[in-house]
Amino acid sequence: MSSDLRAGSSELTHLDRLEAESIHIMREVMADAAKPVMLYSVGKDSAVMLHLARKAFYPSPPPFPLLHVDTTWKFKAMYELRDRMARESGMELIVYQNPEAKERGINPFDHGPLHTDMWKTEGLKQALDLYGFDVAFGGARRDEEKSRAKERIFSFRTASHGWDPKKQRPELWNLYNARKAKGESIRVFPISNWTELDIWQYIARENIPIVPLYFAAPRPTVERDGLLLMVDDERFPLKAGEVPVERSVRFRTLGCYPLTGAVESEAATLSEVIQEMLLTTTSERQGRIIDKDGGDASMEKKKQEGYF
Amino acid sequence: MPNTSDTPVYVTDALIAEDIDAYLTQHEKKSLLRFITCGSVDDGKSTLIGRLLYDSKMIFEDQLAALEADSKRVGTQGQEIDFALLVDGLAAEREQGITIDVAYRFFTTEKRKFIVADTPGHEQYTRNMVTGASTADLAVILIDARKGVLTQTRRHSFLAHLLGIRHIVLAVNKMDLVGYDKAVFDRITLAYRAFASEIGITSFTAIPISGFKGDNITGLSANTPWFKGPALIEHLENVEVGSAADEAKPFRMPVQWVNRPNLDFRGFSGQLASGTVKPGDAVRILPSGKTTSVSRIVTLDGDLPEAVAGQSVTLTLADEVDCSRGDVIAATDAPPEAADQFEATLVWMADEAMIPGRAYWLKLATQSVSATVQAPKYEINVNTLDHLAAKTLDLNGIGVVELSTDKPVVFEAYADNHSLGGFILIDKLTNATVAAGMLHFSLRRAQNVHWQATDIDRDMRANLKNQRPALLWFTGLSGSGKSTIANLVEKKLHRMNRHSFLLDGDNVRHGLNRDLGFTEADRIENIRRVGEVAKLMTDAGLIVITAFISPFKAERDMVRSMLPEGEFLEIFIDTPLAEAEKRDVKGLYKKARAGQLKNFTGIDSPYEAPGAPEIRIDTTAMSPEEAADLIIDRLLG
Repeated sequence: MSSDLRAGSSELTHLDRLEAESIHIMREVMADAAKPVMLYSVGKDSAVMLHLARKAFYPSPPPFPLLHVDTTWKFKAMYELRDRMARESGMELIVYQNPEAKERGINPFDHGPLHTDMWKTEGLKQALDLYGFDVAFGGARRDEEKSRAKERIFSFRTASHGWDPKKQRPELWNLYNARKAKGESIRVFPISNWTELDIWQYIARENIPIVPLYFAAPRPTVERDGLLLMVDDERFPLKAGEVPVERSVRFRTLGCYPLTGAVESEAATLSEVIQEMLLTTTSERQGRIIDKDGGDASMEKKKQEGYF
Repeated sequence: MPNTSDTPVYVTDALIAEDIDAYLTQHEKKSLLRFITCGSVDDGKSTLIGRLLYDSKMIFEDQLAALEADSKRVGTQGQEIDFALLVDGLAAEREQGITIDVAYRFFTTEKRKFIVADTPGHEQYTRNMVTGASTADLAVILIDARKGVLTQTRRHSFLAHLLGIRHIVLAVNKMDLVGYDKAVFDRITLAYRAFASEIGITSFTAIPISGFKGDNITGLSANTPWFKGPALIEHLENVEVGSAADEAKPFRMPVQWVNRPNLDFRGFSGQLASGTVKPGDAVRILPSGKTTSVSRIVTLDGDLPEAVAGQSVTLTLADEVDCSRGDVIAATDAPPEAADQFEATLVWMADEAMIPGRAYWLKLATQSVSATVQAPKYEINVNTLDHLAAKTLDLNGIGVVELSTDKPVVFEAYADNHSLGGFILIDKLTNATVAAGMLHFSLRRAQNVHWQATDIDRDMRANLKNQRPALLWFTGLSGSGKSTIANLVEKKLHRMNRHSFLLDGDNVRHGLNRDLGFTEADRIENIRRVGEVAKLMTDAGLIVITAFISPFKAERDMVRSMLPEGEFLEIFIDTPLAEAEKRDVKGLYKKARAGQLKNFTGIDSPYEAPGAPEIRIDTTAMSPEEAADLIIDRLLG
């Protein structure tokens, strides 16, 4: 499909250049990595990452497994797409759930920030240690949040998964230094230079499957603390007097369903979603609770602790 | 708003609302321009970038609300919005009020997508600017209209030019603070032109702006009726990007990865550094020089009829030729050169100074080789552009050096091809990226300094002595037992009528190396000279024994590479630190622990144990006699 678009134009478009850069990065990792893995969260950025990986190594399947650090609280539709994509790509899918969080029944309703900390931050560290992955591909983008604008494409972590902003290596041209000492690991972000609009356009151009929750449909919702939450399963504890209301909603980002706010929308196609995104006046992460704990530099703090 | 232009250069809501598909089709064809902004501290870089993001509607309401609150709390613009707060990311630097790293920002206009590298202007951060400039097509040099061309302006312009940025914009900022005075703008432009031509910048575009007020950013400002344009955004949208020029050059593709899903398919994956390629094109694999032709250009979307510079593809070849990561597939009729000695400009990026003679990893395109750097021919003072004598390069130092690699590198001059001429140096111990380099040309010194052929060669000398020459290289902690065992080995060899020579660390320092101290650089030079002397002695047919701590793998490997294969025997005297410290024959550990001896190996200086030594002696499990016998057996057996 991309080849058709290129035909007749003398200059690569911005999507062509972004795609070529991401593929280059993924292939570079293979030169130095002992045991790479692709973090797969089933969101739209993950969908693009997986698609790019398939392009980078075609006709071989991507030479690494997918790792889903699960919290057990994702939307049902996410689990469905996850399993389907693993089958279609021919890649191994590893699902990891922090056993301690499971045993203690950690959930977003009763445990607040501890939920993200234990299931995701701790869960990720545990999974990387358990399998001995030395390079993990992540789908973070520099346009998402202020502190990410300065994140390197190859981001070094100490043996305890710590991130030190002063120890990061300069990245010149398209030369990446992926050498590391034993125990150290690298998070690689091949779509660093993509924006939210680029992601959507690429999904449209390449016809990439995404979770249907990105498109508007009537869904049972309740309004709580200014967020519109979807009642995705029977675990959602309704407060006294709360009754789920059917609204036409969609999601701009996907996480744990009790933590992800929906927006009221009629956008049911990709074009309409992009249209709404371009005309909208709030940022993508606004529907996420996670950025707001801990004040101004909360994302940066999370990164130092090992969360993406 | 003083900005009076009606030109709708940014995203038009009308088109999006009315015909989203038409908008998307148009957007999909946009090209990409990467640029950097550089200026002195307080020139208003962050404000300008914040303004570009704001005007292109990349700022959403929730971010704007946060920005307004922040502006009142910590802003430097009174009650007005402080755009700089939009882009100053990391918590620490916010407190200091300066940008300390390279940040990348994104915005889109009707014609182009832009990636902006926000590079700091602070004195000690040359490193970051070079990093940001390496991927930029264009540089915006900011000048404070009240201050004019400063030392930093000259430095930034020099660096932008050094990194090969073809398009320079001189943005004379804060025009609102000089009453939009044309004379001020003209004076600064004139002063800059004089300087720019001095360093080889032949053309630039000067624009009077105010990032804070928005003059001449998206459209021409009524405050500067004397300025005929272009406005900043208009210029950024129309400047020619370099991809067409790259396509016109001969084809080169560094091989990243060999793609072998099964026995029937063997593809070579890479990103085209320059030129174009079609199935049937004759190609040459470098450095081997083997020729073949391209069969297919394979992608997930189907085979391509052609690939152009910048694309990532997988090629299959008509013949089964050797080709692996690091090789370059190139047009047969215009292949790049391969060489192992170069002149280059280096920008030093590490806190630890460059160590002439030490081996670093050099990464160029997909090639990784071991390289040693000579002391700089000269260092360049980036403020005055003077050439200065220098023994090394410190952090942010820029110099012209000669370097040699252990294997030929396929390259082109940086001026001709950034992908095959730009490289990084990596410290072998810390794995840090310590320098960025730009190759000028290869040195053909090896062709000018010939080896003098002698009639009696090393084999004849060795035969006369009835032995095979070798270098027994003992390494281990101080007090591990190196000298004791080395001495026993030599005594035993002597009894067996073997011709040997024990090179002792202390003795060498009384003569050959008496000019060397104990700095890291001097220690490396010490080992290099010992290696060269040992090599001459093996040429003379001797069995050479050395006993040096030689803590660094890099230097041991350097000596190993000087000798014919199989003649260097690394003997690791493996004594645990606790054991060596307990013995402490010379009382050195005690001194080191008391802080009276600095850089003592094992205490406050690392020892890199050999990974795969030819012989490993565990001194806790055998006596020196047994160790010496084992070594002799291995040597003569």
